[in-house]
Amino acid sequence: MVSKEDVKYIAELCKLKFSEEELEEFTAEFCRIIGFVELLKEVDTEGVEATYHVSPKIQPLREDKVEPSLSREKVLQNAPEEQYGYFKLPRIMD
Amino acid sequence: MRYKTMIGLEIHVELMTKTKIFCGCPNDFGGDVNTHCCPVCLGLPGALPVLNKSAVEYAIKAGLAFNSQIATRTRMDRKNYFYPDLVKGYQISQDEIPLCSGGYVEIEKEDGPKKIRLMRIHIEEDTGKSIHTEEADTLLDYNRGGVPLIEIVTYPDMNTPEEARLFLEKLRATLKYIEVSDCKMEEGSLRCDININVIDTQTNTRTNITELKNLNSFKAAVKAMEYEEKRHIALLEAGKNTEGETRRWDEVKNETIVMREKGGVADYRYAPDFDIAPIVIEEEWIDEIRNSLPELPHDKKERFIREYGLPEYDAGVLTQSKELADFYEETNKYAKDPKQVSNWIMGDVLRRLKDEELEIEDLKFGPKDLAHLLELINSGKISNNIGKKVLREMFETGGKPEKIVKERGLIQISDEGELESIVKKVLSENQQSIIDYKNGKDRALGYLIGQVMKATKGKANPQLVNKMVREMIEE
Ligand SMILES: [Zn+2]
Repeated sequence: MVSKEDVKYIAELCKLKFSEEELEEFTAEFCRIIGFVELLKEVDTEGVEATYHVSPKIQPLREDKVEPSLSREKVLQNAPEEQYGYFKLPRIMD
Repeated sequence: MRYKTMIGLEIHVELMTKTKIFCGCPNDFGGDVNTHCCPVCLGLPGALPVLNKSAVEYAIKAGLAFNSQIATRTRMDRKNYFYPDLVKGYQISQDEIPLCSGGYVEIEKEDGPKKIRLMRIHIEEDTGKSIHTEEADTLLDYNRGGVPLIEIVTYPDMNTPEEARLFLEKLRATLKYIEVSDCKMEEGSLRCDININVIDTQTNTRTNITELKNLNSFKAAVKAMEYEEKRHIALLEAGKNTEGETRRWDEVKNETIVMREKGGVADYRYAPDFDIAPIVIEEEWIDEIRNSLPELPHDKKERFIREYGLPEYDAGVLTQSKELADFYEETNKYAKDPKQVSNWIMGDVLRRLKDEELEIEDLKFGPKDLAHLLELINSGKISNNIGKKVLREMFETGGKPEKIVKERGLIQISDEGELESIVKKVLSENQQSIIDYKNGKDRALGYLIGQVMKATKGKANPQLVNKMVREMIEE
């Protein structure tokens, strides 16, 4: 099942931080969800092809034709800050 | 060989489609900052990506050129990670079912061909570009975000940096041949990550894999691999191991530098992208694309051997790039001797280009000019050596060979009368060489001929000088 460590790890991947209380809470919730999925394992899937996508549609392909982009003003409309036409953020290094 | 190096590559190539992979924004290098963006490639809520048909077609082209299996049903997946050049918090890529699987690239080594196997080729979107400023800010331009990429992953089949270089050259040449990418490393349209480690075949111990990133030229890639190969072996010899980290090449220090310590294995939590429905590729479409492929390097090489009677080596070199092959064929249209054309291109032309780090497209003269130069030599108007001199000038000024020969007064002296006094003078000044020659020292003859050539500034017809010197000594 899901351990507290698992929840912590997933939270880290999502750049989230939980209190000890929250960790307990999520661990229990995750366990319930996984437990529910466990139920599905009881179904006999012998000879059934794996579902690799749940969409019944087929992806239409777009012709390679240029369409107008947004103006830079529009592009930067939601930018927290801008400089020289760029989105400006605090320094982030890999 | 006690130590065996293993090199695997991951190459990202930007496709030359007109538009981005999921939206109609133009796919152009350069362009004003943040002007090739729309709600889709900015990842705004509610925007729906629609896959570009040409991107799929170009990727299939690449797959076919590298003998890969093309999937008839595939899908796009989300690769989750946080970095500001990625607008959505995930990259739309492919995980379990790549568009192309398997395949290989055949490289021409001196001791014969070798197949480097490909694991897969998949399609994905490029990220935006970030700039880190002096003021400790990060600036972002999303023009590149959503540009179609293929990622080509090899098996660790390369055992020397040279094999990896040959692989990269062949890969680039092929992608340019089929016109799916311009493969300009300096513009980032071809980017290469390298995985390298070494096995001690006696003890069967192996070093941890080092990942090399941010290599901006094939040259830097080779240097970085050579450096790492030595570093890994030295550690093995000392009974130690590498850290399994990511490194980059430092051009100034001439060494690799740690970029990222060994972290946990990246966990991207891939999941199918539900914005994009399953992709179905009809067999007929694949056939259509296969039939539209141009002549590939290997086929062209075979044809050069057949059609021009070239040795295999020549044909291999001349078909390394489409531009070079075209230049060769174009020159042949105006020249008589295909092997002579090959000798000149492979010799003086390629050597000079290599020295100056230029490509054949950068030449200031055309195939017709080279053919005319050869014609001047073949008709005896200038000597071979003068020809090389003229070629040097053509490199620099792009001038026409006839004009250079005329202006510089380089026409070969083939008139015995004109040469007689010069030969006589050289002989009278070099009595000792004549004695040496008569005593069986053949080198002395070469010296005398050289003196005559020097006196005429290389313009004398060498065969004629040879004949005249011999005759006069015998007298
Ligand atoms: Zn867009």
